[in-house]
Amino acid sequence: MWDYLKLAGLGLVAVCAAIAANYAHDLAYQVNAITVMLAAGIAFLWVLRSAGDPKPNLQHEYFDEVVRAGAIATAFWGAVGFLVGVVIALQLAFPQLNFEWAQGYLNFGRLRPLHTSAVIFAFGGNALIMSSFYIVQRTCAARLFGGSLGWFVFWGWQLVIVLAATGYVLGATQSKEYAEPVWYVDILITVVWVGFLVAFMGTLFKRKEPHIYVANWFLLSMILTVAMLHLVNNAAIPVSIFGSAQVQLYAGVQDAMVQWWYGHNAVGFFLTAGFLGMMYYFVPKQAERPVYSYKLSIIHFWALIFLYIWAGPHHLHYTALPDWASTLGMVFSVILWMPSWGGMINGLMTLSGAWDKLRTDPIIRMMVVSIGFYGMSTFEGPMMSIKAVNSLSHYTDWTIGHVHSGALGWNGMITFGVLYYLVPRLWNRQGLYSLKLVSWHFWLATIGIVLYASSMWVTGIMEGLMWREVDANGFLVNAFADTVAAKFPMYVVRAAGGLLFLTGALIMCWNLWMTVRAQPVRASQHSAVPAE
Amino acid sequence: METYTFLRGLADSWFLLAMTLGFLALCVWAFRPGSRAMHQEVASSIFRNDDHPAEANPAQKEA
Repeated sequence: MWDYLKLAGLGLVAVCAAIAANYAHDLAYQVNAITVMLAAGIAFLWVLRSAGDPKPNLQHEYFDEVVRAGAIATAFWGAVGFLVGVVIALQLAFPQLNFEWAQGYLNFGRLRPLHTSAVIFAFGGNALIMSSFYIVQRTCAARLFGGSLGWFVFWGWQLVIVLAATGYVLGATQSKEYAEPVWYVDILITVVWVGFLVAFMGTLFKRKEPHIYVANWFLLSMILTVAMLHLVNNAAIPVSIFGSAQVQLYAGVQDAMVQWWYGHNAVGFFLTAGFLGMMYYFVPKQAERPVYSYKLSIIHFWALIFLYIWAGPHHLHYTALPDWASTLGMVFSVILWMPSWGGMINGLMTLSGAWDKLRTDPIIRMMVVSIGFYGMSTFEGPMMSIKAVNSLSHYTDWTIGHVHSGALGWNGMITFGVLYYLVPRLWNRQGLYSLKLVSWHFWLATIGIVLYASSMWVTGIMEGLMWREVDANGFLVNAFADTVAAKFPMYVVRAAGGLLFLTGALIMCWNLWMTVRAQPVRASQHSAVPAE
Repeated sequence: METYTFLRGLADSWFLLAMTLGFLALCVWAFRPGSRAMHQEVASSIFRNDDHPAEANPAQKEA
């Protein structure tokens, strides 16, 4: 019965998408509609071929197929996102790379949101979905709730990524940073995200463990808060049901405030709380010792929840935003430094008594460096939110450097560590193909980040100072183009750093591929369990 | 503007106080006597049920 309902639904979606493609007002909408039609058609055939098959009871097994798919998608979208990042870094250094034949499609303005969305929502999002599904099953000792709901979440998210990415290149955007997808993609995101919430919460409800491990708190807060942020920030009215254009519900400074309330909490809950959930599970597992202080993790959690949501206005210092709101944002950003460092200490001290693992285990090294970068960027962030500092740093490349030390250092490195942890376990292999390649990845990525961050500090502070430089008569000394010319060497260094980071990620993909292809199968765990 | 003024006043007085007290209460609750054993148990719960959900492996249930 359920299969027939699915078939009817998928058929209906495919037909509606075909009609929408026919009546489309713009190219991006048309391509997206055709993509949806194809996706629904493929899903229709897939369901049709297995319709009516007996469903085996799998409640005594974990739902790891979807986690495996998540690991592949994370590595793949990571490589894609980093590659686009290197391309746009080179476009900034060498504007000739904005080719004339590709104007309006592959120039910097079109590729930049493709890069940010690919790394945050495709790479980071898949890492979060994969880790959530893995962690919530293990810590609840229960199979993922909702049967094949996990597959819906996974494939729905991939569809979101493809629709958003093709839309950006063809010009569909609502021009909100990190929330560029247009109205119909936003609706799809909402549906998929609710599926994610149901699968996660359902597993928590049917857990066999008495307590909910702290990693799940962070992951659940990520899911809930991102849902709230997404709904509020994307409130818009489509111009036509057959077009990708929409009008935002808010205007002016209210729109700006809602956007940065969203923007900063996307950092706070997507890239921080979610990845902290990963840290609180995978670092203790890899170190083979429980988290340093469970009490500290509780305080870390509640302090983040209470403080983070207020920090957004620091993105709007010295704008039309009321002074009190911008001061509020600054104060909460500075206070936020403390719980962040509490969490960093908790992660690092989990290794106390096992520091020797840093020498022998490159995966632990990766995780520790990621926690170090978490600490560094959660110090840099509060500092940059102070109005006096912000008046220098805002609109400069310092901001981009800060974002990347967080994103490459913290999010990237912890995700690499998690992939190295998960892949041998998910594919039941005896360890990784090569630890030496992990070390290569580690050093390439670390040196890449250092080059990136330091060149952006130099160029950011330089351009901030050049912008405010006035002569004896009070006239500005530098034209904007002067700062652009002065930044050239740092842009080259930044692109080189990105290239190193990308190379490391490609080495990881090769290493993980060979782990699955060439490593011997792990001896069965069942026979090793003592009978007691 | 009536709603704005009301919410604005509430936000930086009673609601701020309530949230601060709520947060402090949570911190105190984390350190309540007798919580240590429970926290240690939860912190080490991640080291079981790695391969199968709990019911399939009754030997590990009470680990």
